[in-house]
Amino acid sequence: MSYLQLKCIVNGDLVELDIEPSELLIDVLRDRLNLTGVKKGCKKGECGACTIIMNGDAVNSCLVPAARAQGAVIETIEGISKTGRLHPLQQCFIENGAIQCGYCTPGMIMSAKALLDKNPHPTKQEIREALAGNLCRCTGYVKIEKAVEQAAKIIFEITEGRGTSK
Amino acid sequence: MFQKYVFPRNVSAAVHLLNEHRGNARIMAGGTDLILDLQNGKYSTDCIVDITRIEELKQISEENGNIVIGAAVTHNQATKSFLVQQNAAALAQASAAVGSQQIRNISTIVGNVVSAQPAADSAVALFALDAQVRVVSADGLTVMPIENLYAGIGKSTIDSTLSLVTAVLIKKVEPGEGSAFVRLEQRKALTLPMLNTAVKISVKDQRIKEARIVMAPVGIGPVRATESEAFLKDKMPSEEVLQEAGRLAAENANPRDSLVRGSRNYRLAVLPVLVRRALEQAINNAEGGGF
Ligand code: FES
Ligand code: FES
Repeated sequence: MSYLQLKCIVNGDLVELDIEPSELLIDVLRDRLNLTGVKKGCKKGECGACTIIMNGDAVNSCLVPAARAQGAVIETIEGISKTGRLHPLQQCFIENGAIQCGYCTPGMIMSAKALLDKNPHPTKQEIREALAGNLCRCTGYVKIEKAVEQAAKIIFEITEGRGTSK
Repeated sequence: MFQKYVFPRNVSAAVHLLNEHRGNARIMAGGTDLILDLQNGKYSTDCIVDITRIEELKQISEENGNIVIGAAVTHNQATKSFLVQQNAAALAQASAAVGSQQIRNISTIVGNVVSAQPAADSAVALFALDAQVRVVSADGLTVMPIENLYAGIGKSTIDSTLSLVTAVLIKKVEPGEGSAFVRLEQRKALTLPMLNTAVKISVKDQRIKEARIVMAPVGIGPVRATESEAFLKDKMPSEEVLQEAGRLAAENANPRDSLVRGSRNYRLAVLPVLVRRALEQAINNAEGGGF
């Protein structure tokens, strides 16, 4: 077995570690980096609980070989409130009752963030498409959709207020 | 699972790696199917040859009247591509129907074809679009019609330990040509298609010059509706004509009873409607209606 030297940016920090060639990204994130907000549901790409953002796109970390993260920029739920303040998506999920057991929440929020990063004013339809790969067994989705809509508004107000486009 | 994971820099390096490992190395593109197949033992290999960092395979380009979609192009990349939307509406629609956002960000069009699942969305569209594929192995480059890739249900004629499909080629649309893809499904995401249909049509002086109608899963691999195609030739596309075309299409279909995809009777009953809708959309697309 030849180990691979993985170098990537995770939640803003440079990470360097040796991985086995057959390791999956989900396991490296959870077991090596202790980022257990990345949830393991189906391990088959069907539930979305393991969703992270890799180079700007939402992906199922259970289907990505860790080796493919070489040189990548990765964001997990742990990275979006690093300042200690909740991200507007997190705040809106709480306020709208979009969380019950919470197992799907990190994945839902990362899918939503990937959407809002690229498309700050999504339609209902676009929100549904972006979250269609995330299953929730508790909430019934309506509140989640509302939370994302509200977060989009708040993020827009904050960024507009600052006069930047990001 | 595997002990080695490599990123070749170009196609010849990839082929070289396959040769070196004599059957113990396997090509991987998106990997959304392969990772699971390796876990459940459908395949095993010593070495993964990941082709997603080969620059030329990541491109959608134009070449001698064709659009060329490289083997590392993802479904989302294709859906958003202006070239694909303009020249292959059916493929843009089919790519948008695959899996979920997270899957489409990784999974590739070519991988969808090489997996050879009987109703693979983008493959059904590519059949209708009369696509060709480029296959590279130690023996060199061959170009073949996409039909040649199906060896049976879930079986491809491509042995990914010996060769790789580097691209699919689709002829650019001529005036009067259009295409469309219609899917019947239980939910809007993450479900297998119950039925997929794709149509390419060419219309001149208000008459149908040619139609290619493809349906799946109603047999081994995507199936052409030959009766219906013959019937449509030189007809004016009236409501009755398209309805009859839908009815005839079902004559080429032989769906099985399936717990996931629905009963044979049900699917035979809805197939004509799907074919009619696909024809209507393709005609609309040919008239410049976009997708
Ligand atoms: S654990 Fe990855 S999609 Fe379910
Ligand atoms: S809150 Fe329980 S699964 Fe979504």
